[in-house]
Amino acid sequence: MKCRLLLALLLGTYFSVLAQPKSPKVVNFEQFESYLSNTSDTTYIINFWATWCKPCVEELPYFESITRDFAGKPVKVLLVSMDFENQIEKRVVPFIEEEKIQSEVVVLVEPNANAWIDKVDPRWSGAIPATVIYRADQRSFFGDQFASYEELKSIIESYL
Amino acid sequence: MKKLSVTLSLLTAAIFFMAANLPMGEGYAIGDKVDDFNLQGIDGEWAMLSESMGEDGAIIVFTCNTCPFAKMYEDRLIELHNMYAEQGFPVIAINPNDPDVQPGDSFDKMKERADAKGFTFQYLFDDGQEVYPKFAATNTPQVFLIDSDMKLRYKGAIDDNPQDADAVKTNYVSAAIAALKDGKDPETTTTKAIGCGIKAKKNG
Repeated sequence: MKCRLLLALLLGTYFSVLAQPKSPKVVNFEQFESYLSNTSDTTYIINFWATWCKPCVEELPYFESITRDFAGKPVKVLLVSMDFENQIEKRVVPFIEEEKIQSEVVVLVEPNANAWIDKVDPRWSGAIPATVIYRADQRSFFGDQFASYEELKSIIESYL
Repeated sequence: MKKLSVTLSLLTAAIFFMAANLPMGEGYAIGDKVDDFNLQGIDGEWAMLSESMGEDGAIIVFTCNTCPFAKMYEDRLIELHNMYAEQGFPVIAINPNDPDVQPGDSFDKMKERADAKGFTFQYLFDDGQEVYPKFAATNTPQVFLIDSDMKLRYKGAIDDNPQDADAVKTNYVSAAIAALKDGKDPETTTTKAIGCGIKAKKNG
């Protein structure tokens, strides 16, 4: 009896660990930079957002649809959260879980924005949302919210 | 007559085109004299830039109630004002957001926020959004430092660490003011910073 209880407890712990949402990777700019310069045939959609940014959260479903609709094609969405480091467990992880985010999320922790904004794109003012779309040498920058899923989709299709 | 009306309509079109393009423009460049403006503050008084600025200039900052980055700089804005107002560079804060898009940035909410935080500086409302496009301001918070001739001498971030005031290595505003006091050009005249996009009125 005791043994069974222990087993149940152990199993319970095991499954609760499994059920934990996957925490997003936390990166500094040096680690992040490689995402901006892949030379492969894949089209990368790199969106800068934060859980507290209303227009960002509004357009996240577009990126999620891209991940879903272009599954099996050389298209990769990366959602780069600008949330603060002390908010990752409190806000980012629950957000990913509740919204069932399927695209890859990383949290970029690099306070001195001025040292790296221009390396993402010189046209970027620093305001979010902002999105870089690129494939090898072909690259576009969008410093604003996308008007619709169709707009985003047609831009990505032009890269394929 | 027909010719005249065509010319006129072309002219009108050109004017409209220019007006429509204004917010997308470059805004004031470093060294440009900024236009005077007249905006209402949370105390109900209207404030002209030329009258609100100090003897040596002003730290004009576009900020708001709602942006997490703006909030993290509230205490630092109070510090900047308390330190530099007496030295001729008061902080003049302007909320550029359209409250229809961001209800937390209404005039009433500005008063509440200023009371709660104990703002010591003027907090003005860019009602109608005619001022921020001239500066081509994009983010909150974003600073535009002017000198005694109302010439723009520095624009950009306040310092290099929004999240941790104690970990700041370079305070761009303080450095620029120190240079001006020495009669020099600031070493860094333009920076960028992560922030919230200014909430422009939505058409239609």
